Amino acid sequence: MATLFEGFTLCGLVQTSSASDSAIQGIELDGDSDHAVVTDSTRAVTLYKVSDQKPLGSWTVKQGQLLTCPAVFNFQTKEYVVVSDNKVIRVWKEEDLNLDKAFKATVSADVWRVHSAPGGELVVLFQRGAVRLLDSLLSAPQQPIEGILSEKEVIRWSTNIVAEKQHFVLFTTEQRGEHFLYVQRLNPNTLQKYRLEREDSGASPLSFSASLRDKHINLLYLYPNGCVYQSVVAVRGPVGLEGVQALPRSLRLRLPVGEGELGAASAVALDEAHVAVVGMPHPSARTGKDFLCIWNTNFQTLQAGKEMVGRIRGQVWCYLGKLFVPHGKALSVIPYECQKSSLASALGKLRHPGIAVSKSSVAIPSWNTLLHGDQPQGPTKIVDTRKSKLRRKSQSAPALTVDQVLELIKTGPVEEVRREVEALVSRGDAQDLQLSVGRLACQLVARSQVETAFYAPGALARLVQTQCLCHRVPFLRWAGPLGFFFSKIMCPDLLLLALEHKDYFLCQLCLQLFPDIPEVVTCACLKTFIGVPDGDVEMVSLEPDSVSFMEGLVAAGARGGQQNGFSPPLFEDSCDPHHQPKPPQHQDKKNPTLQLEVCPVGLHKAVLLNEVLQTPYSDNLLVPHLKDLNAPQVILFLQYLQFIYLKYSQDVYTQTPVLRSPTMTQIIDWVCLLLDAHFTVLVMAPDAKGLLSNLQSFVKSQVKLFSELGKIEGSLQELHKMKPSKDISQYSIEVIELF
Amino acid sequence: MGEFKVHRVRFFDYMPTAIRAMAFNAHTERLALGRMDGSVEIFNFADRYFQEKVIPGKDSRSIEALCWVGGRLFSAGLNGEITEYDLETLRPKYSLEAYGGPIWTITSNSQGAHLAIGCEDGTVKLFEVLEESIQFERNLDRQKGRIISLSWHPSGTQIAAGMMDMIRVFDVPTGRAVQRLLVDRGFGGSKSRETVVWSVVFLSDCTIISGDSAGKVQVWDGHTGTLVKTHLVTKWDVLALSVSKDESSVVVGTSEGTVIQFQFIAPTLQQQQDKEWVRTRTFKNHTHDVRALAEIETAIVSGGMDTQLVVRPLLEKFDERSHASALRKIQFPHRNLVFCAKKAGLLLFQFPGQLELWRLGESDGHGKPGDSLPLKRKPEKLLHLKRKGEDHICCSALSSCGGWLAYSTMSSVRLYRLQTDNNDISISKVPKLPKILRSAHQLCFSSDSSKLFAASSQSSVLVIALSQSECKYVHTLKPKSGSRQPIHLMTNSVDGKWLATANSDCEIHVYNVQKLKLHCIVPVYGSCPSAMGIHPTTNNLTMVHADQQIFEYSIVEKQYTDWSRKLQKQGLHNLWLDRDTPVTHVTFNPKNPEQILLHDMHMFCIIDQSLPLPDQKTQFYNQMTLRSLSEQERPSHLHAFKICKTFQVCFNGDVPGYLPCSTSSGPSRSQPFPPNHRGLGWTSQSSTGQHKHTSLITGAYLVVAALTPDRRRCSRYSSSACGAHTLSQSGSRAPRRPAPAASEVGVGSGHSSGAAWIGTADLDTHSP
Repeated sequence: MATLFEGFTLCGLVQTSSASDSAIQGIELDGDSDHAVVTDSTRAVTLYKVSDQKPLGSWTVKQGQLLTCPAVFNFQTKEYVVVSDNKVIRVWKEEDLNLDKAFKATVSADVWRVHSAPGGELVVLFQRGAVRLLDSLLSAPQQPIEGILSEKEVIRWSTNIVAEKQHFVLFTTEQRGEHFLYVQRLNPNTLQKYRLEREDSGASPLSFSASLRDKHINLLYLYPNGCVYQSVVAVRGPVGLEGVQALPRSLRLRLPVGEGELGAASAVALDEAHVAVVGMPHPSARTGKDFLCIWNTNFQTLQAGKEMVGRIRGQVWCYLGKLFVPHGKALSVIPYECQKSSLASALGKLRHPGIAVSKSSVAIPSWNTLLHGDQPQGPTKIVDTRKSKLRRKSQSAPALTVDQVLELIKTGPVEEVRREVEALVSRGDAQDLQLSVGRLACQLVARSQVETAFYAPGALARLVQTQCLCHRVPFLRWAGPLGFFFSKIMCPDLLLLALEHKDYFLCQLCLQLFPDIPEVVTCACLKTFIGVPDGDVEMVSLEPDSVSFMEGLVAAGARGGQQNGFSPPLFEDSCDPHHQPKPPQHQDKKNPTLQLEVCPVGLHKAVLLNEVLQTPYSDNLLVPHLKDLNAPQVILFLQYLQFIYLKYSQDVYTQTPVLRSPTMTQIIDWVCLLLDAHFTVLVMAPDAKGLLSNLQSFVKSQVKLFSELGKIEGSLQELHKMKPSKDISQYSIEVIELF
Repeated sequence: MGEFKVHRVRFFDYMPTAIRAMAFNAHTERLALGRMDGSVEIFNFADRYFQEKVIPGKDSRSIEALCWVGGRLFSAGLNGEITEYDLETLRPKYSLEAYGGPIWTITSNSQGAHLAIGCEDGTVKLFEVLEESIQFERNLDRQKGRIISLSWHPSGTQIAAGMMDMIRVFDVPTGRAVQRLLVDRGFGGSKSRETVVWSVVFLSDCTIISGDSAGKVQVWDGHTGTLVKTHLVTKWDVLALSVSKDESSVVVGTSEGTVIQFQFIAPTLQQQQDKEWVRTRTFKNHTHDVRALAEIETAIVSGGMDTQLVVRPLLEKFDERSHASALRKIQFPHRNLVFCAKKAGLLLFQFPGQLELWRLGESDGHGKPGDSLPLKRKPEKLLHLKRKGEDHICCSALSSCGGWLAYSTMSSVRLYRLQTDNNDISISKVPKLPKILRSAHQLCFSSDSSKLFAASSQSSVLVIALSQSECKYVHTLKPKSGSRQPIHLMTNSVDGKWLATANSDCEIHVYNVQKLKLHCIVPVYGSCPSAMGIHPTTNNLTMVHADQQIFEYSIVEKQYTDWSRKLQKQGLHNLWLDRDTPVTHVTFNPKNPEQILLHDMHMFCIIDQSLPLPDQKTQFYNQMTLRSLSEQERPSHLHAFKICKTFQVCFNGDVPGYLPCSTSSGPSRSQPFPPNHRGLGWTSQSSTGQHKHTSLITGAYLVVAALTPDRRRCSRYSSSACGAHTLSQSGSRAPRRPAPAASEVGVGSGHSSGAAWIGTADLDTHSP
């Protein structure tokens, strides 16, 4: 679990002339944990107090001179060191005002970087790969510097690491597309060269990050295709191996890069499980690649994300719980926090105030709030944003605790119960929502069952909408005792109660949100829905998405099935030109074609039936319960299924992307189930004759389609077989032997 | 025995044309076959279905129907002419314009006195058959609509005529139409289309049986003009009908490539009296339309768009299994269309319309048996020589040095001088050929390229002397027998002394070319020779006959050799005798005088005269067995016939020296579809060194041209067949079904090569 806190701007950035160059060369730590030494790309070194966002001091080289290396702090001597014009090393103290008057030494070769680390001496890395301790170099500045790298080899990145009194300088180089890692040990000096595995695309790594963990140096590097690899170099590795060794790597993370490749991006390891990546697209946001994200490499999950306004330069530094990200015209400091990942936290049972619970990575609607929210969020954020207004209102009222509300439920009037439940649910601090919601629901249902007059639809709906009654954890399905508890024990009662009270809205919610409704309850719902008079149900307000879907479907039929003036042939016609559907006279006086156009059930009823169609079930368990339906109900339901099947199979209705709509497969499955359960009844019923013959023509058309497909498959296979003949050339000289 | 390098050539793009008509002469047991390109082939059914004569086609000739009158052959076609063929000179004797528009059918009465033709203009014309020609006698009553098919009543007094939507019966003496039988149209969409009565037969009990474009076979009572029975046999057309001699069976051919037999039998055992026509058997041996049918004594012969002639034996007529009771498919000509210039390494391909000259590729690599060697030089097409005039090429020849090229059509002989230096080839026509040289049945250059032999009429051979400056007629070699039959085989010896010819009377003459006189006549054997060759060193003449018998005759001693007598005494192996295609070439291994090479369409054979002959109990095809044996065991299993079926070989060049081969890439012979073939050929040059057996055959070349069906062309060609119909201004005949067989083929199995040609050449003298 990781969180990105609200960041702040440390300083503004100078726009650089060239687009590719960053305004900042480097950020280093000072002796003070709240200080940061920022070296800009031209002439200035500034010391900031981070928490105050204000500069403490600034040093500049003369016009015409250029800083070529980020300034570093020598922890032993409390001095700052910087390199100007590649060869001039300058050393000064915080009190020094003028950099020109500070100590200068000119060395004989170009310097790449000066590295410093707490507890270690300063190390100078030359551009040709040589490494010197600063002290020894300054004692003889003009000493000859050997070249280690070959001519075309250039350093791309370097760092130093102090581990167990052993000082390492790591640097990577590039030579004609090949990338190498050098590990230079100091005292005794050894140099080991590794070759990085080539990425398939041949791309160069975008960024490197090294960290010390368990006596191993972990090198993390990011490629433009979003792959983050990790290589491990042992601190006490086999010394003295000659030559270049291949560096084994393992893929830690594959970032979703969206279209194209990552341009300026950078990854830095935060701890063993978390990686901060800047300059990548957010998986659920469409715009641009300007997010800072924290990923959990163990679970491959996105833990936190934050949009960075302005251009990202692919730079990120991480010091002491803060991420330094230059973007746009500012250098932002973003505090972060990473928790150890655990199953408990994934379940949301563990309390982590101020940290987004794993549910946030699961429940889809919550993404937006998580992304755009500025503060660390609690689980209440999951709740639909529509409710936020309501919540704020209720927050003003004196809040009751969970136990108090439970007491209230036992005796209180419906309206008050509703208000208090709403208040409780909306309250941001109710961390134990899982449990409390369950208890509340239990209590409400229990009272309603005992006391027939009492029924609190609003409160129950509110509770169901929290989605805490059925906790769905996609990758931890086995570990959800809580979820099982509610879905197995609570839900049937709740749903049945809602049915009893004809609270169709609540029924719909339950059907939508509960993952495993017992088949017997599903059937009971179905039976009730079919049986309810259209008039009753039309007045109920239902979930708008599903209603509009159904409206669209019916309207498509009302248009007369014409598209561009063309009326697609009816199903029967396309199936068999000689077959004329002849529905029994007494069934319907209307023209059979017209009958197909008209939805056999009312709009809201259809919406409810759709919910049933989409409910998960298991065939074996469902069929016995389906037998509870009587013949007219079965026929009506079949007619309805046929209606939507025809709607789907006619291309008149082009499916609009709706979250929930029954699929073709679900419809067919239900038709099959109904026929399985009631076939003998249907055969006997005269009303069902036309319906059955229509259904038979569906089957015929399917069989025909598949047989045609089979033929095509056969032909294609023949074509496949024909291929080998091509290798016979027009002419060959062959050797034969006869006996 | 050794290794050979085999040049496998697949660029011989020869495609036979579709069979349009056939007529069987039961008296002579000859089948005349007419093809779409106007050529006529004569098969001798008494002699193992040997294709003994080929009358080359002509652009302007079309054959719609063939008809025998005694030994005379007539054809009629959409060009409106009746043609009689001279089977001795292999050319049309005369052509007669019938003045009735395109002629759809021709048929003679059983007495052989009259011919009836059905014309586009609706007339049935009767011609009287005279001694040397035919003469128009009269028209029967003219009808509206074309006459598509005709059949005489055996008595000769009535004729049934198939027309559009009806059948008419004419009374011949009066010329009046006496019956009008209306034929129903097809169902559904074809209702609006006229029904074409493609064929009728008129039986002696006055039953008329018709086949029409609606897919019906109908039985009519000719007395009353009533329909007795309708058999719907196909969705498409019933194209051909043929009745057996005893009128107990009728076969019909359909557009679906099936042949369906109807028999006149009692439906139940109890009522033996009440016989009716019952559909009994269906044969499917064709991939495309069956256009021509003949029911002979023991078999059904069918041919059609897929170009193959199928002889389907009626098994109830046979008591025991023999070569005659096996299904026979004749796909390719029984003669050579590929010639190899052994010294120059050139290949000549003969097509009806052009000649192609190719240079073989080269490889200097060595390889294991079964390998393909890397090519140092690819084969190269040097020349594409189109014929002049309307007549198709009937024979061609290439001299072994590659310097001379000759071909003959029915009307002229052309001789060319070829000069190759390096990669340039120049060709110049030799002007002023001797006037006597007008056409040839066979052409052959002497081995030193100094003479050209041309087989002329009455089995005579013209000898033409060739030189750089001129070519001169030298002499005509004439046989003593006075046979009038054409020569179909000709071979000469390497030393230039002997020339052997074989004609369709099965006579083989040997001439002394130096003395320009007849040397001897080989004793006549009852079967036609299908291939022969003169041994380069011993001058023994080896002959293979259509019935697969092999003879070796010593020209010098004028008697059969001992080996030949031994072979005849012991008899050939049954498996050899049962092979269904004739040997088409005999040549010799120049490195081993005891080895004779033979091949037919499906195999090579090397006969090693030094090895024991196989008796009936010996395993005949033993190459696989020998391969698996150790070197020590092998000699005890060897026999003289070494057969290799690897490459399907059907043609070869004019070469001495010959080797068998074994199959590698599997051209499947079971593939029933031969019509289009990619040419494929190869030469083998035995590898040198390396192998201890190799020296035996070093320097021999082996050329094989195999035929692979080319499906695309198949469909094209079947549509061109439709084109021939549209040409006849017949609106209703043109709408043919869109070649359904083509789509069947499309999903059929992958590649296959129907057959292959082989040629071998001795490159001994050519080795660089």
